[in-house]
Amino acid sequence: MEFLTIIQVLDSTIRLATPLLLACLAGLYSERSGIFDIGLEGKMLMAAFFSAAAAAMTGSVWLGLLAGIVASMVLSGLHGLASITFRGNQLISGVAINFLASGMTVLIAQDWFQQGGRTPSLMGGARFTPITFPFADAVRDVPIFGPIYSELLSGHSILVYVAFLAVPATWFVLFRTRFGLRLRAVGENPAAVDTAGVSVVGLRFAAVAICGVLCGIAGAYLATALQAGFVKEMTAGRGFIALAALIFAKWRPWQAMGACLLFGLLQAVALRFQNIDLGGIVIPVQAMDALPYILTVVILAGFVGKAIPPRAGGSPYVKER
Amino acid sequence: MSSDAPAIELKGISKSFGPVQANKNISIRVAPGTIHGIIGENGAGKSTLMSILYGFYKADRGEIWINGTRTEIPDSQAAIAAGIGMVFQHFKLVENFTVLENVVLGAEDSGLLKPSLARARKELKMLAQEYELNVDPDARIDEIGVGRQQRVEILKALYRQADILILDEPTGVLTPAEADQLFRILHRLKEEGKTIILITHKLREIMEATDTVSVMRRGEMTATVKTAETSPEHLAELMVGRKVLLRVDKVPAKPGKTVLEVENLRVVDDKGVERLKGVDLTVRAGEILGIAGVAGNGQSELLEVLGGMREGAGTVRLNGAPLALSGPGSDGQARRAGGIAHVPEDRQREGLIMEFHAWENVAFGYHRDPAYQRGIFMNNAALRADTERKIEKFDVRPTDGWLSAKNFSGGNQQKIVVAREIERNPDLLLVGQPTRGVDIGAIEFIHKQIVALRDEGKAVLLVSVELEEIFSLSDRIAVMFDGHIMGERLPDETDEKELGLLMAGVSGEAA
Repeated sequence: MEFLTIIQVLDSTIRLATPLLLACLAGLYSERSGIFDIGLEGKMLMAAFFSAAAAAMTGSVWLGLLAGIVASMVLSGLHGLASITFRGNQLISGVAINFLASGMTVLIAQDWFQQGGRTPSLMGGARFTPITFPFADAVRDVPIFGPIYSELLSGHSILVYVAFLAVPATWFVLFRTRFGLRLRAVGENPAAVDTAGVSVVGLRFAAVAICGVLCGIAGAYLATALQAGFVKEMTAGRGFIALAALIFAKWRPWQAMGACLLFGLLQAVALRFQNIDLGGIVIPVQAMDALPYILTVVILAGFVGKAIPPRAGGSPYVKER
Repeated sequence: MSSDAPAIELKGISKSFGPVQANKNISIRVAPGTIHGIIGENGAGKSTLMSILYGFYKADRGEIWINGTRTEIPDSQAAIAAGIGMVFQHFKLVENFTVLENVVLGAEDSGLLKPSLARARKELKMLAQEYELNVDPDARIDEIGVGRQQRVEILKALYRQADILILDEPTGVLTPAEADQLFRILHRLKEEGKTIILITHKLREIMEATDTVSVMRRGEMTATVKTAETSPEHLAELMVGRKVLLRVDKVPAKPGKTVLEVENLRVVDDKGVERLKGVDLTVRAGEILGIAGVAGNGQSELLEVLGGMREGAGTVRLNGAPLALSGPGSDGQARRAGGIAHVPEDRQREGLIMEFHAWENVAFGYHRDPAYQRGIFMNNAALRADTERKIEKFDVRPTDGWLSAKNFSGGNQQKIVVAREIERNPDLLLVGQPTRGVDIGAIEFIHKQIVALRDEGKAVLLVSVELEEIFSLSDRIAVMFDGHIMGERLPDETDEKELGLLMAGVSGEAA
């Protein structure tokens, strides 16, 4: 395989891993606090739609991003209300959010834009444009280093860099700050946090809010950076793959990045090599498209080993003597 | 305020949960620098009262005064600020955190952890020297024993500058040696001027450790007395509301024919560790054989094999007929059919299904009894009638058979299990830790039932880690250590010291 092809596949890996990574980190905050969230998909979808809609109407991608984050946070708030305040079942709340997002986005899109459940294509300032690093063009022809710098590292939208910077930031918050200590504690044993005089409800809502923000960015990235506008079900299961990556990473930030890059790579490979001809047998494009999902199952079933989720995850906190 | 103000004064505290009044108009004064015991049966309202003091519940009425100042305690934060530290019965520790992280949690100095952890490390070193509270700060909680976990809880309170320390049933999970160590630490804390409230239902601890003691019964404070001026019998009477026999009243045993014969019994557990290494014993009709020993020396496995919950190898005969120790016919069903009843050690996990109604629990193990069948259906009406009868005979409270097992107190849960097993009139009763976590009134009752079964000419095999219980019930005592029977003694011809040596693996000849 040619070097440039590899660089191009890796470049597309980074683009495709970005929404997974943002969603995965979102889930990490929520689940580390003891709130399981299978509504990542729905939140991303809602954010994707509202960011595209706002960007289309205002012409500003930044207002689009803001709208996406707000939309995602509203759903986060709903999840928090259901599972923290009213101590409901977190899985059911998550499923409900996914359905809600899936139906509402198309419905509102049709009502607002009459384009068959999609938003108008975004152009110019309504999209995130690639950032070109200094001297990227100048070094393009330098062997090895040139393509890596100007193709792989340079030329992504700002949200890509945000996503990857969020990894060390999350690690730092989780393991080096007071908030992180409390967050990890509340996911393991909320009673310990409560008797230490810290609010369990406050911590969990904070975690769910961070989850909302990150899902919002992930959704906005899909609709305003990776693609130019919202289309029906455009998250395509990324929220669930992010959850799989989270389990694969055993709820740790650096490992989450690794897992998301792996899943991103699978998607990139599937996109790049369609209709592969294996000496007469042509692998159909559908099989290649399904490959990332199949491998997700295989990896989760075979290679994760023992993944121990946060001990208090999934159960509401009730004070007990 | 004056310095002789009580460290804690509660005035007229009342608290109801629905129709149940857990605390009724409770007033109490605790002098600073003393150890104050609060004793009462399970469900007397001790824990509720302390939860109010720690801000877990809000009292319906009443006032809390700390060091002479009226204090509102709406949450744990306020309790900590008022200098109150609490060691709960079930520890509130994050299991996969280190000791240091658990101590710091909630009491961090700043947004970044590093300085907090560094200060806590220094502070822990000082506290360890001052109070003999040695714990490795970098050990993970799930890697240290319960005794040390409890120290971490005490350290947490001291790190938060607590002057008043409340301990809720602190010795329930400790070995006798660990408990002694705990009381040494508490005395040390008292010498340093801390005020300690010790909640327990064990009379011995009250007598040994406290300066004053308050007795609670059914939500009310019935008395507060100086420990030196009272006696265990008097306290027991105050707790239960009537005279209580602390010693079991029984006539000498009249042993008959051999019921149970165990020869060279061996058990290997799931991890491949040999738990029983050739146990020999016999139990005769009309006698109670007590097995003493520190928990984990094979007693549990012995009961499990005999009760059909685990497979073993060797020879076991019941009334002369060999029992299957593995394969078909070695399960609990077969054992029960053969006349072996079993009151398992852990009633909440093995004796009952906590979520099920009392009447369903009464059927377990005997649910194939023809009396409970009607064609292919269960005869629930018969079952419920039977339960009602057992509830009355065994004085189970509340008397409602429709309540889930978890809604009964420990003592009443145990009565349900004992009623189910004893009422089958077995030839052999296996009974493990019959009074663990059971209150005094129920202990008395359960002991009487076991002795009554013996007097009817049945064989009883008793396993208990409480030496007092072994002494008061057993007609013969066998001591287990490391999967062996170390020796047999008669209760009148031995003492705690000799048994203690056997339990530690020092054989009679060597000692």
